Amino acid sequence: MARISAGIATSHVPAIGAAIDLGKTQDDYWAPVFQGYEFVRKWIKGNTPDVVILAYNDHASALMLDIVPTFAIGFADTFQSADEGWGRRPVPLVHNHIDLAAHVAEQLVIDEFDITIINEMDVDHGLTVPLSLMFGQAEEWPCKVIPLAVNVTQFPTPSGERCWKLGEAIRNAVKTFPEDLDVQVWGTGGMSHQLQGTRAGLINKEFDNKFLDLLAHEPEELATWTRLKYLREAGTEGIELIMWLIMRASLGYGVEELHRFYRVPASNTAVGHVVYRAKS
Amino acid sequence: MPRQRLYPLEDLEDIPGTKVFTARRSRQGYYLHKFCMSLMQAENREQFKKDERAYLDKFAMTDDQKQGVLERDFNKLIELGGNMYFLVKIASTDGWSAQKAVGSMTGMSPEEYAAMMLEGGRSPEGLRSIREGN
Ligand SMILES: [Fe+2]
Repeated sequence: MARISAGIATSHVPAIGAAIDLGKTQDDYWAPVFQGYEFVRKWIKGNTPDVVILAYNDHASALMLDIVPTFAIGFADTFQSADEGWGRRPVPLVHNHIDLAAHVAEQLVIDEFDITIINEMDVDHGLTVPLSLMFGQAEEWPCKVIPLAVNVTQFPTPSGERCWKLGEAIRNAVKTFPEDLDVQVWGTGGMSHQLQGTRAGLINKEFDNKFLDLLAHEPEELATWTRLKYLREAGTEGIELIMWLIMRASLGYGVEELHRFYRVPASNTAVGHVVYRAKS
Repeated sequence: MPRQRLYPLEDLEDIPGTKVFTARRSRQGYYLHKFCMSLMQAENREQFKKDERAYLDKFAMTDDQKQGVLERDFNKLIELGGNMYFLVKIASTDGWSAQKAVGSMTGMSPEEYAAMMLEGGRSPEGLRSIREGN
């Protein structure tokens, strides 16, 4: 049977991807950010999953204009990195695990998540920056990836509670997949940041750290936080954090927090990153 | 049974200096955004750079929106339905960093904005709610 063995969360700031692609990770500005990922770079070598279910949001690269699915699962065999205005990131093709993706989609609909299926799309920094942070400048990604795109950009977005329940449903779906697979769920985006208007540059360290504390030990409380609270406290783009709840709920009740990292800033954003091992 | 809302929808408009991107704003910004997404192709970026006005005229945007693009006035474009994830493609085409584009909306110079971020960013104090002033 398949099982979810671990969860990872990380910010997915595009400038982090650019720093990797342009070989700037040891610059004064970037070195302290990348230091926070040294643990996971080593850890994941011994704990490479077969498949990552990767919750991210599209940033007006493939979605958001004509079609805005609340929750969507990538169903192509492969996904290319998107040209977001400065050329495609030089990263490997992302390979899907179609059998698990199909099973998860089917189970989610049974669990009343009417998920959208996407048969063709490019994936942007939301998905590729986390892969680069964990695996570096690889020739090939060492595992399959199922893209799980969440609308966190256009209101109405799903609530944190809804994301929590989606994570629970993913947990149940993976558990009932007959093949023996090691699966990780990743939540990406955040932490506090706002990219618009006179409030741009907002960072809320207190909020972010409270979120990190609760996520590890009392995550059910986070499911009650409203979208409005994220907007007010963590900025209009800080609401990406609800995708971390999908990851956390997929791990079940107790987790072992293997690593936690928080740093301000990377570009406009507070960077957060955690690694959890599932206990059950 | 009607479900109870956790907060009134109007509260989304109660955040200082902030336009929450809604389905309605997305409609208002649709052709502006179609232009922005066209910049995901290198040939289109070249054409836009060659003659910005002529390139913009290919899209069913309002004159105000076109003017906002020509002036790189991101606050104005957000006022007119824009969302930064689309608009940042204009900045990328210009070779601006996301930090420069975002900072341009704050009334600060790029250096002042970068320094503020290095010092921990903008505090949320006083910027949570127009009504409450907190
Ligand atoms: Fe994002």
